Amino acid sequence: MKDFTILVGGQAGQGSRKAGLVIAKILNSLGYRIFIYDDYQSLIRGGHSFSKIRVSDKKVEGQSEQVDYIIALDQLTVDKHLKDLKESGIVIFNSDKVIFDKGLGVNSEVIAKEEGGSLIMANTAMISAFAKTIGIDFELLKNVFQKEFKKGLDVNLKIAERVYLEVEEKTKTEKLDNKILPLITGNEALALGATKAGLDIYYAYPMTPATSILHFLAEHKLGVETIQLENEISVIIAALGSAYAGKRSMVGTSGGGFALMTEGISFATIAEIPVVIVNSQRTGPATGVPTYSGQSDLNFILNAGHGDIVKFTIAPSNASECYEWGGRTLNLAWKYQTPAVVLIDKEISESTFNLEINTKIEQENNSLWNQEGDYRRYEITDNGISPLAFPGNGVVVKTTSYEHDQNGLTAEESEEDITAMQEKRLRKFESMQEEVDNMEDAIKIFGKKDSKNILVTFGSSTSPSIEAAENFDLKVVQIIVMEPFPIIQVTEAIGEDATNVICVEQNALGQLASLLSKNGIEANELILKYSSRALQKGEIEDLLKEIL
Amino acid sequence: MNKLDTNYKNTWCPGCGNFGILVAFKNAILNEDLNKMAIVSGIGCHAKIVDYINVNSFYSLHGRGIPAAEGIKLANPEMKVIAFSGDGDSLDEGISHLIHAAKRNADITVILHNNRLFALTTGQFTAVSIEGFKGKSTPMGAPESPLNPLELMLASNATFIARSYSGNIKHLEETFKRAIAHKGFSIVEVIEPCVSFLNTTEFYNKATYVLKDDKLESREEALKKIREWNYEENGEKIPLGVFYEVSKESFCERVLINKKEETVEQVLEELI
Repeated sequence: MKDFTILVGGQAGQGSRKAGLVIAKILNSLGYRIFIYDDYQSLIRGGHSFSKIRVSDKKVEGQSEQVDYIIALDQLTVDKHLKDLKESGIVIFNSDKVIFDKGLGVNSEVIAKEEGGSLIMANTAMISAFAKTIGIDFELLKNVFQKEFKKGLDVNLKIAERVYLEVEEKTKTEKLDNKILPLITGNEALALGATKAGLDIYYAYPMTPATSILHFLAEHKLGVETIQLENEISVIIAALGSAYAGKRSMVGTSGGGFALMTEGISFATIAEIPVVIVNSQRTGPATGVPTYSGQSDLNFILNAGHGDIVKFTIAPSNASECYEWGGRTLNLAWKYQTPAVVLIDKEISESTFNLEINTKIEQENNSLWNQEGDYRRYEITDNGISPLAFPGNGVVVKTTSYEHDQNGLTAEESEEDITAMQEKRLRKFESMQEEVDNMEDAIKIFGKKDSKNILVTFGSSTSPSIEAAENFDLKVVQIIVMEPFPIIQVTEAIGEDATNVICVEQNALGQLASLLSKNGIEANELILKYSSRALQKGEIEDLLKEIL
Repeated sequence: MNKLDTNYKNTWCPGCGNFGILVAFKNAILNEDLNKMAIVSGIGCHAKIVDYINVNSFYSLHGRGIPAAEGIKLANPEMKVIAFSGDGDSLDEGISHLIHAAKRNADITVILHNNRLFALTTGQFTAVSIEGFKGKSTPMGAPESPLNPLELMLASNATFIARSYSGNIKHLEETFKRAIAHKGFSIVEVIEPCVSFLNTTEFYNKATYVLKDDKLESREEALKKIREWNYEENGEKIPLGVFYEVSKESFCERVLINKKEETVEQVLEELI
């Protein structure tokens, strides 16, 4: 099995991320499977940024701790990461900025300048040096450059060619027989999945790590309007206004912005307005560690909004699941006329994955009014779902944040009306629960299926859990639908005679374990990480050695 | 029963200024295509109006009528969207939305019921209450001096600014019609008494007078008209009328540009 990692680092502004992406694209085009983790701080210039590109001949969806190559644009990259380099590892460094006595130094900045380029093109020299080292054909390098460098292609190619000729080949990199898959971040995949399900408008206020959904949709002409408003409150309320007028709307934020949106969740619940809210977690509470990851919003998301509320909360773990559930969540929101949250985190949002599409996503319209008889927006029905009509289509549509009668007029006096409407929503919550009960893929099971030692996990804790479980013959239960809770599937997957039920999650309180406990399933061990940096396979393994 | 009426029981206090607004608004929209109209409200006494008019409506949260109206308009630019609001609603809780809606020339009409206090919560000072106003939360008098909301609107680049009075139904109706016809952001401040907590009827009857349209495109002139009354009660005159009206590209025209030119599959192809 081939599985190696390249770390590319530099100061913010030196183009390390771009270099990492180009290297990933080169290897991707040879059929390798790729995972890129991008690490940066809350600053624009300086500091230390790096990308870790993991390359394998089989699917990879998480980082590895040790690295095989370090590509250093600055000194800090060597100083900080040398400890992670394998013994057989190679350091390729920008000798104009880095002093180091081993490995391959390339005077990248001098070459970039001599060939008529700018200082940032030192990263091109580093890409080329690496490509030659691992035996990449220059033609391939050239093809990828042609796609990736729209500006300054000629200069970049001159720099690359000169370095390519100077550097010595150390190894060969074979082309694999795999299907070539797109490279995409979780945020981008989510945006595309929602687009497939008919997304019309995306509203947002910028907030890391959700911002790139806004950027991606704004940059592409997919027929999705992107609107940036003054704060997260206006964002959610405008989305509700648009949904009322018949347009599929989504919003995206992180914990702090979600906090501002909670009044909108409560409103959407009583007014029965469909909306999808993407919450990409970072380390909390409050501003926390804004450009790093965590899973500490789970309790908050599940309990968001005042009043009696059941909504959908869906937690995909990688780009493929983001694509699928971006679409499915939007369809669910519209089927049940309810707020629905896609809960991800920085590690999923901003990491780059290979996208595999396993489920066809298309817009489903299943609770629309059939245009017969009088229209009542909140008609009392058996399943709690009232047919949906929009203003502009010939009937009066009244929607409201007040408790209301079937016509959408305020109901304050009649206890009977108030009870009837609450019970209608309760029946809808039951319908939502039934929907989840019938969803085979509300959870996923990995590892040794009959093991009595079970890791229970969600979101970005899933991939390292699956890898760690391999060495211990464990079963892994990944919960995707967190609300309504898929109690039937989870209970069956864990069974009654498990020896160890171990929750693996990235927060300090064990919030997933609390959710299980609320549903009658007790975890006897917790593997928690809350240092803001993503949980690693090795860290899980170390703790498993103590537990098992 | 008028086709615009719901059979919903009106719960405003007898003599409330909102009745004047309701009557004038219904008159103003008689000839509109009601299928292509949505009315929005925040929360407060003003907001009950949406229950009394049989038109598409969106009864939003406190302070959040304006972003809802913007969302409706962006989703369906054919709709005429009118947001009713109050002084507590959009000058306290939701003031940021009001400023930004004006700034971006959102294609909506805001009808600001200004009774200069929180009435539905039984009488506390708002951003436009007179300094020293003795409400239940400020028995010694409100510690802040009032904001001039129309000056704020002018500074925020609103493209239609008017004031009317709930006691002058004819003027209200005309002003509403003009505001609704305006392309872009229009605001009509309607000063009104609160018969239960701040009955200014006599003062407004005496002090208000209707200004003729004059140099509507001049910011300087608009500022003069707006500053003629500074929300005190010391014998000043209160001008009513359209103070400012300019034509500018609306937010919908500027922002709704994302044509469908590529498919998800094409984007994925590029990402290989």
